[in-house]
Amino acid sequence: MAALQSARSHRHPAPQPAEEDSAVPAGVAVTLDGITHRFGASTAVDNVTLEIKAGELVALLGPSGCGKTTLLRILAGFQAQTLGRVVIGDRVVDSLPPAGRGVGIVFQNYALFPHMTVAQNVAYGLEARGAARDAVRARVEAMLGLVKLDAMRDRFPKQLSGGQQQRVALARALAIQPSILLLDEPFAALDKNLRLDMQIEIKQLQRRFGITTIMVTHDQEEALSMADRIAVLSRGKLEQFGTPEDVYDRPETLFVNGFVGSANQLRGRVVRTSGGVAEVALEAGTVLSAVTPDAVLTAGDPAILCVRPENLRLATEAAPQQIAGTVELALPLGPVVVYEVRTADGGQVKVTEPRVAGAALRAPGTAVRLQPISPQTCRAFAVPAGA
Amino acid sequence: MTAITAPGLAGPATAARPRIGREWTLALPLAAFFAVFFVTPLLLLVAVSLYADAEMTRFGLDQYIRFFGDAFNLAVLGSTLLLGVKVTALTLLFGYPLAWLYTRSGPRMQSALILVIILPLLTSVVVRTFAWIVILGRDGIVNNLLLSLGLAETPLRLLYTEGGLVAALVQVQMPLMVLPLITTLSRLDPNLLDASAALGAGPWRGFLKVTLPLSLPGIVAGCLLTYAAAVTAFITQSLVGGGQMLFMPQYIYQQTITLHNWPFAAAISIVFMVSVLGVVMLFNLLGRASKGYVHA
Repeated sequence: MAALQSARSHRHPAPQPAEEDSAVPAGVAVTLDGITHRFGASTAVDNVTLEIKAGELVALLGPSGCGKTTLLRILAGFQAQTLGRVVIGDRVVDSLPPAGRGVGIVFQNYALFPHMTVAQNVAYGLEARGAARDAVRARVEAMLGLVKLDAMRDRFPKQLSGGQQQRVALARALAIQPSILLLDEPFAALDKNLRLDMQIEIKQLQRRFGITTIMVTHDQEEALSMADRIAVLSRGKLEQFGTPEDVYDRPETLFVNGFVGSANQLRGRVVRTSGGVAEVALEAGTVLSAVTPDAVLTAGDPAILCVRPENLRLATEAAPQQIAGTVELALPLGPVVVYEVRTADGGQVKVTEPRVAGAALRAPGTAVRLQPISPQTCRAFAVPAGA
Repeated sequence: MTAITAPGLAGPATAARPRIGREWTLALPLAAFFAVFFVTPLLLLVAVSLYADAEMTRFGLDQYIRFFGDAFNLAVLGSTLLLGVKVTALTLLFGYPLAWLYTRSGPRMQSALILVIILPLLTSVVVRTFAWIVILGRDGIVNNLLLSLGLAETPLRLLYTEGGLVAALVQVQMPLMVLPLITTLSRLDPNLLDASAALGAGPWRGFLKVTLPLSLPGIVAGCLLTYAAAVTAFITQSLVGGGQMLFMPQYIYQQTITLHNWPFAAAISIVFMVSVLGVVMLFNLLGRASKGYVHA
């Protein structure tokens, strides 16, 4: 961000936060209450309930086809849900068209009007709402100042870079003083370096105005870095709704554990359970303790034990709760080394280890013992049907 | 090419030159065809129009002077150009919603619509025109319907009227308008209208401010094709218009075939061609302006 600001500061003196802050109202709470949406026979969104607090930035995270974009379109009013209610602030908005819901939306491809200049794009919503000429001009100036595009006001969208186009889309969406801001895969079209700049910029704008923001993304890093809370969706169902720490460290379902971050999935059978902790006899030949979030496992059940590569370490001394194996491959990734370890039952386990400068990598064929950092970092789930 | 004959000159500039240098020869057969069958007859036409008398004995601008000196001739030219404007305007008015409906429909509806749109192109103009005679005649479908509904006392005269002719031409030329419009409207990003709606614009504002300006290139292309086809539609003009109305194509035909006044026929052909070209160029200017507007 420092680089971003210094690169632009010659054109943009200090923005005036006081004036701008009063121009955009603080965010409102949003509730999705039992939303279900069906396209013909297929269910795109299945009974999703989310309570989003005022001023929160929530990411809807999931693979393509999980229903996150449908949910966003329902929220914006482009699509009417089959079942359920949408509440924005204290109003049920189900019968309102998009314009009546007070939402600002930034599309994945930005959807800027190609035949209008930057200033005309930003003014569009204000003019449509019948704002006075002077008010429109003042507001457009304020918004262009906010996104640091004053100098580009008479350019056409095609003459702008991807990042600039996104800032125009953002200014256009914020100009109408929406009470919630919707972002549809906002960074997908940007290259990697620019993406980080824009993520920081949007996060800062969102913080400053306290505008409730709902962002659709398939990129878990984006969700983890930007969102206050993440709603993980899979096949139309809400898998987990929690803070990035919750979702990453305490995943509640096998899907979340596998989709957010990476996880070793080890098959085994439950030996006994007590107080939300199960002991699982792994096919790899070890008994490991693990937290059971879904609490449906009882002794004798088949289970999948998930443990993240960074939550395993390569032990030097023999101890209980260790998995024996041999190193197959070492991948030095700069700060860490990833080892692919083959276990006794033929399965593969990944483990990451901080790289020590000058230390030799473990050679393929070396016998190693893998040990979880703690039982809390292992999670056991029931085996899903058909898996 | 150059690399083989003069290896010392190899470089980006010389490497590129032979490519441009030889490829134009591929256009020669077509160019020759056009020269023989289009440019030559056109020059002949100009030459014939410069004969002063019908017997083609001496040269002079008499034919042109005669054309522009007679209000009747100017009226024929004017009504022909105006007929084109009427047909084009109505085709656009009916064709735009049809094209819009097409782009908003599901795939199955689209196949049905495209069949309906293309169908006129698959039948001969003569057949289509005779169909209109059946529809518009004294004992035709329209009159029978009006009479049976009690909306008219006696059969209306629909055939051999300008209204009937315009209606027939609008139907006959419809594909020429709808197809370019579909192409332009299909390329419009549907998110643009969603964005417009989310920003608070109603459907009409969205149409006038977003859809219409962005579909201007298609409108211009469609109007251009429709206009050129409507003013020169000899068969439909003659059969549906009948002998009551005279338009330029029919006028030229009379002068050539019936009166054997080739120099005058040639002169009015040239006048007609230049007039239509003028209108077409006007459309083109509009089109270029709208393209600059859209893609600037």
